[in-house]
Amino acid sequence: MWAALRCVVMRDLTLAMRRRADVLTTLFFFVIVVSLFPLGVGPEMDTLRLMGPGVVWVAALLASMLSLGRLFSGDYIDGTLEHLVLAPQPLTVLVLGKIAAHWLVSGLPLVLIAPLLGLQYGLSTDALWVLVLSLILGTPVLSLIGAVGAALTLGLRGGGVLVSLLVLPLYIPVLIFGAGAVDAQVTGLGPQAHLSLLGAFLVPALVFAPWAAGWALRISLE
Amino acid sequence: MLEVVDLACERGERRLFQGLNFSLKAGELLYVLGQNGSGKTTLLRTLCGLAWPAVGEVRWDGTEIRRLGDEYHRKMLYIGHLNGVKDDFTAFENLRVTGQLAGYADSEERALAALRRMELTACAELPGKVLSQGQRRRLALARLLLGDSRLWILDEPFSALDVKSVEGVQTVLSEHLDNGGMVVLTTHQEVEITSRRARHIHLSA
Amino acid sequence: MAVGQINWFKFSSPATFYPLAGKLIPYFTALAVVLTVVGLYLGFFVAPTDYKQGEGYRIIFIHVPAAWMSMLIYIVMAAYAGMGLVFNTRLSSLMASALAPTGALFTFLALWTGALWGKPMWGAWWVWDARLTSELILLFLYIGFMSLKAAIDDPRRAAPASGLLAIIGVINVPIIYKSVEWWNTLHQGATIKSSGTSMETTMLTAMLVMTFAMWMYTVAVVLTRVRCEILEAERDTEWVAAELSKSS
Repeated sequence: MWAALRCVVMRDLTLAMRRRADVLTTLFFFVIVVSLFPLGVGPEMDTLRLMGPGVVWVAALLASMLSLGRLFSGDYIDGTLEHLVLAPQPLTVLVLGKIAAHWLVSGLPLVLIAPLLGLQYGLSTDALWVLVLSLILGTPVLSLIGAVGAALTLGLRGGGVLVSLLVLPLYIPVLIFGAGAVDAQVTGLGPQAHLSLLGAFLVPALVFAPWAAGWALRISLE
Repeated sequence: MLEVVDLACERGERRLFQGLNFSLKAGELLYVLGQNGSGKTTLLRTLCGLAWPAVGEVRWDGTEIRRLGDEYHRKMLYIGHLNGVKDDFTAFENLRVTGQLAGYADSEERALAALRRMELTACAELPGKVLSQGQRRRLALARLLLGDSRLWILDEPFSALDVKSVEGVQTVLSEHLDNGGMVVLTTHQEVEITSRRARHIHLSA
Repeated sequence: MAVGQINWFKFSSPATFYPLAGKLIPYFTALAVVLTVVGLYLGFFVAPTDYKQGEGYRIIFIHVPAAWMSMLIYIVMAAYAGMGLVFNTRLSSLMASALAPTGALFTFLALWTGALWGKPMWGAWWVWDARLTSELILLFLYIGFMSLKAAIDDPRRAAPASGLLAIIGVINVPIIYKSVEWWNTLHQGATIKSSGTSMETTMLTAMLVMTFAMWMYTVAVVLTRVRCEILEAERDTEWVAAELSKSS
């Protein structure tokens, strides 16, 4: 089982490394969206400091949602998804591998660049650390929930827009506690409660989302 | 042994066929014939468990295939009309990943042997996107030689192949049957496979 | 036990359910009309005027029942969707998809009346109150369900796919509700509550009657809608042909 998991992760990472441009697109999208907000609301640092965590988190939500299109559709189009479903390995494990690889190439870069963007919004060092921590805990949940939406909309007309309708409402708790953690740090309440709740979302998502996504894949392939 | 009991399949709202019964034993070959749209592909996808039958069951050694799950997947290999070749992987990597997913520890050796048998050694290090249609089809069929699946389910295996490659694939199929394997295939080409026990079912719309 | 099972499967067959639903619709419609009249009369004429909010508060006799119904319908819808997935019964999936538009309608109604109520009370059409926000997210969930269903042409794929989505949604509803509540308390202090903690008995009665009226309306509308869906899904069968020739 671990061998299968490793195999899928390595496979998807190798494929992603051969299409580096796709990976960078998501990252640049994230950077651009975050940088647009000060242009829209004005450069007052006090306002920006208040908005910063929320803006970074909303942009992370959108970026992670946009990258969902790549999760299964490539394999669906060339037929390798059928191989995965019919492989003599538990589909849940294979799907978990795909989600893990997807997070490594589209979620982790967001986490790493977020402190830089936080600086644009005048966040303090402590707040930046909490931002990174909250993203580390939260973006995998986004990838996991998103995988179910991506699997459900596989091969549909307008699948990209549709997936946002399905997935964004389900992202809301992550958004609230992700941005809330940074807010709590800034206002001096301490981010522990928010961060532990984000962790509490991650565990059931890790268990159930790959399974549900696998089920959705079977439905979509029929 | 593969058994089909009172099978009916639908695509969309349309009933494609019903009341289908047959069984396939070791060393037997089954041709699925029928016009376009008669449900050949749907039948094959139902046999491998990708599609659900509307009525009836598909059984392997007496157990329903969905209940067998991965155990059935270990014994069955399906090659659809999509080749399942990754554009960004070389021919060799494509096969190696398939072998790893099937759980073979020596997937590299197996992949090289399969490439040799399908006369693809020269393309081993070429990425999928530069392969011709015929080469991609051969690469897809090379998966048959990777492992030891008993049941091969092939959807139009000879499409895009030239005469010489068709002969090569015929030999591969005959050997598999001689070794006690089973083959289910659809084809609209006149390809005879030398086998003592070839059977036909005709799906009529 | 055996008898119960036979009955259950009998009525889960579309061919049996179709005429049964047809017979039931008039009764539920009548009940809905009567209860609405009674409920509105109680709410608009019998219930006392609120000493703080005046007459404007009376919109809660539509707002609160609509909000209750919107959540109830989502849960019922998910339950039908789950039954459709587990037992592979076609009727359950049809019921789930027939419930969705009515659920979305009540959600929308709750939001709209909420805005109308909010204007005189809070001085703004929209306030990021926990309950209104949850209601808005619920509307998004309904829209997602209906869009997915509409985007898939093959009904054999549409039913399980949207069913799975409904179940995932219903698992998330309490989490979303709780997190919105928490978000609200953090940002605004206490959630704005309607004035007067002790509710008059007549007010409660009126609200309950209105809830039942909406419930009956839902049943009538959903049965009508599911009858259409049954005809569409089973259009190739003999009994539908017989049914249609009878009515024409």
